[in-house]
Amino acid sequence: MRAWHFSENAYPYLPPAETYPSIRVTLPNRVYDPEKGAELYDRFIDEWLIAEDEGVEIMLNEHHQTATCVDPAAPIMLGALARLTKKARLLILGNPIANRRQPVRVAEEMALVDVMSRGRVEAGFVRGVPYEIAPANSNPVRMNERHWEALDLIVKAWTTHDGPFTHEGRFFHHRNVNIWPRPWQQPHPPIWISTTSPSGANAVGARGYIQATFLTGFEGTKQIYDAYRKGWREAGRGEQVPIDRLAYAALVYTHKDKNKALEGADKLLWYVRSNKVPPYFSNPPGYVPVAANVKMLRGAEHPLSAFAKSASVESAIAGGFMFAGTPDEVLAQIQKHYSQTGGWGHLLIMGQAGFLEHEETVEGIRAFAREVYPRLKDLYPDSAASGADARKAKSA
Amino acid sequence: MRIAGIDLEVHDQGKGEPLLFLHSAQGFDSRHEISTMLAARRRLVAPSHPGFGKSSLPDWLDSADDVAYVYLELMDALKLPTADLVGCSIGGWIAAEMASKAPERFRKLVLVGPVGVKTGPLDKLDIPDIFAMPQDKVDELLFADPAKMKMDPSKMTDDEIAVRVRNRETLALLAWEPWMHNPKLRHRLQRAAMPVLLMRGEKDGLVSGAYLERYAQLFPHANIRTIAGAGHAPQAEQPKAFAEALFAFLEAK
Repeated sequence: MRAWHFSENAYPYLPPAETYPSIRVTLPNRVYDPEKGAELYDRFIDEWLIAEDEGVEIMLNEHHQTATCVDPAAPIMLGALARLTKKARLLILGNPIANRRQPVRVAEEMALVDVMSRGRVEAGFVRGVPYEIAPANSNPVRMNERHWEALDLIVKAWTTHDGPFTHEGRFFHHRNVNIWPRPWQQPHPPIWISTTSPSGANAVGARGYIQATFLTGFEGTKQIYDAYRKGWREAGRGEQVPIDRLAYAALVYTHKDKNKALEGADKLLWYVRSNKVPPYFSNPPGYVPVAANVKMLRGAEHPLSAFAKSASVESAIAGGFMFAGTPDEVLAQIQKHYSQTGGWGHLLIMGQAGFLEHEETVEGIRAFAREVYPRLKDLYPDSAASGADARKAKSA
Repeated sequence: MRIAGIDLEVHDQGKGEPLLFLHSAQGFDSRHEISTMLAARRRLVAPSHPGFGKSSLPDWLDSADDVAYVYLELMDALKLPTADLVGCSIGGWIAAEMASKAPERFRKLVLVGPVGVKTGPLDKLDIPDIFAMPQDKVDELLFADPAKMKMDPSKMTDDEIAVRVRNRETLALLAWEPWMHNPKLRHRLQRAAMPVLLMRGEKDGLVSGAYLERYAQLFPHANIRTIAGAGHAPQAEQPKAFAEALFAFLEAK
């Protein structure tokens, strides 16, 4: 089991939510104060460094035109962290390659940081949440096709070492691909893909990449992992799916004082409560399948949107979106999620949000790292397998 | 019909001189009044664009330009050497593309609230971004009488809703970038020297009067006609006035 401290680098100093229609895409950036922003970058980087000191790995991500995540160029932050850290793995989850016009450039960025960090990059790729479409002016139709072509091109750019190759695909064209530097890790940095749908997970499983899913609760996560395991097995990768292939991202706050734990956890719900986005940005045409849109036009609601309306720490824990409480409680909640979903090997800790202050964030990181993490490692060694019967992967 | 590897839904009704009718992003509905009115006086040939209605959508297709070639091939398959051509909204864009490619095949051309060219400054959209506003606002731009005209899922079958959702998706595929236009088209329209009529509902919030005037100037012989009491879809909102204006133009010597 590996744990990763993940911070979205949010900018929380906003006017009242009722004064703007959307926190993403259209909220004017005059609201953003660069001086406060610079202080926040220092602070969030410090928190990542403290996580490293505590033996926790580092995760960052990228969003655009939003106060919820002011890291629109994650490879640049990754580069800074590569120089500031010494031992932590550096997970970028991820590069929105269906929205980036030059996948080869992404291959170069990842290779550069991989060399600079002497092989500590974990390269994640995301299709991107729907509200990334408008800032990127990216066509929401055929995103999956672009995503996979871009990823295959990146892997080929990383693994081709004998001079230029050509690529004449459906979406990308090159006559001379020959990146410098090549990656430090061989054959290439570990690849992660995030998805929140079973159909996506099936394709990731077939390729054997690491599958991450965000805030999908109990049943949703199980369906995604089942699809991954099915894809893995059908592609002939073996009966056993090692747990290090699966990752779950949850809101996590640990504190030895139960009241402080609940207080911190409540502040983390800023993630959910502040994400005010109108349907025209959260559901662009072609982003979800036609059948899902038919259901929505008939009044169906996404489970997470339904949850957001009455978000509480209690309901978040009950829904499997959050692990929070004393170390014993957090451990028990994780064990429950692990066993109900078939098991996973990476916990992506959404450990800072909104007005959770620096001290509180650090207390949460430390309490988890010292009181929960060692026990998780004992319970779930990397040699475990994911699946209903939790067979040992190595014995296969 | 099978055209260019695409299963094309084609509504072919009535007798007389052929009228090729290219629907708007809403899709073609043969049950609608305008369909009957057109077929009463002409052979109405109304395909559903690839990815719209029941027409299939091949992986390679992603532009109005592509659809224009598919329809020239459709005319070949139907043995229609020439026709009158009518296109609404995105159908107008496709029609303009066709007229620029094979002007000799079209006796007359009618564009109804057409998109397809960029005529204004680079820092202002010619056509408002309907994918970045609430549906109520879109309906206001689309219709003179939104309450009467807007889509009501409670009165539709799942299959009918699915068609509309897919139509919208294909519209995005074709029109996303560059937004609602082909930068090359305006440099080709001087080839379309047939008589051209550009029509617009007077309450059209998507295609402005100024846009239509600039569009008209790209053709050697174009006139403009405004339909009262209609928004972006006069063919649906004022079918009678629309049909009158259409036939007055098509039947003029």
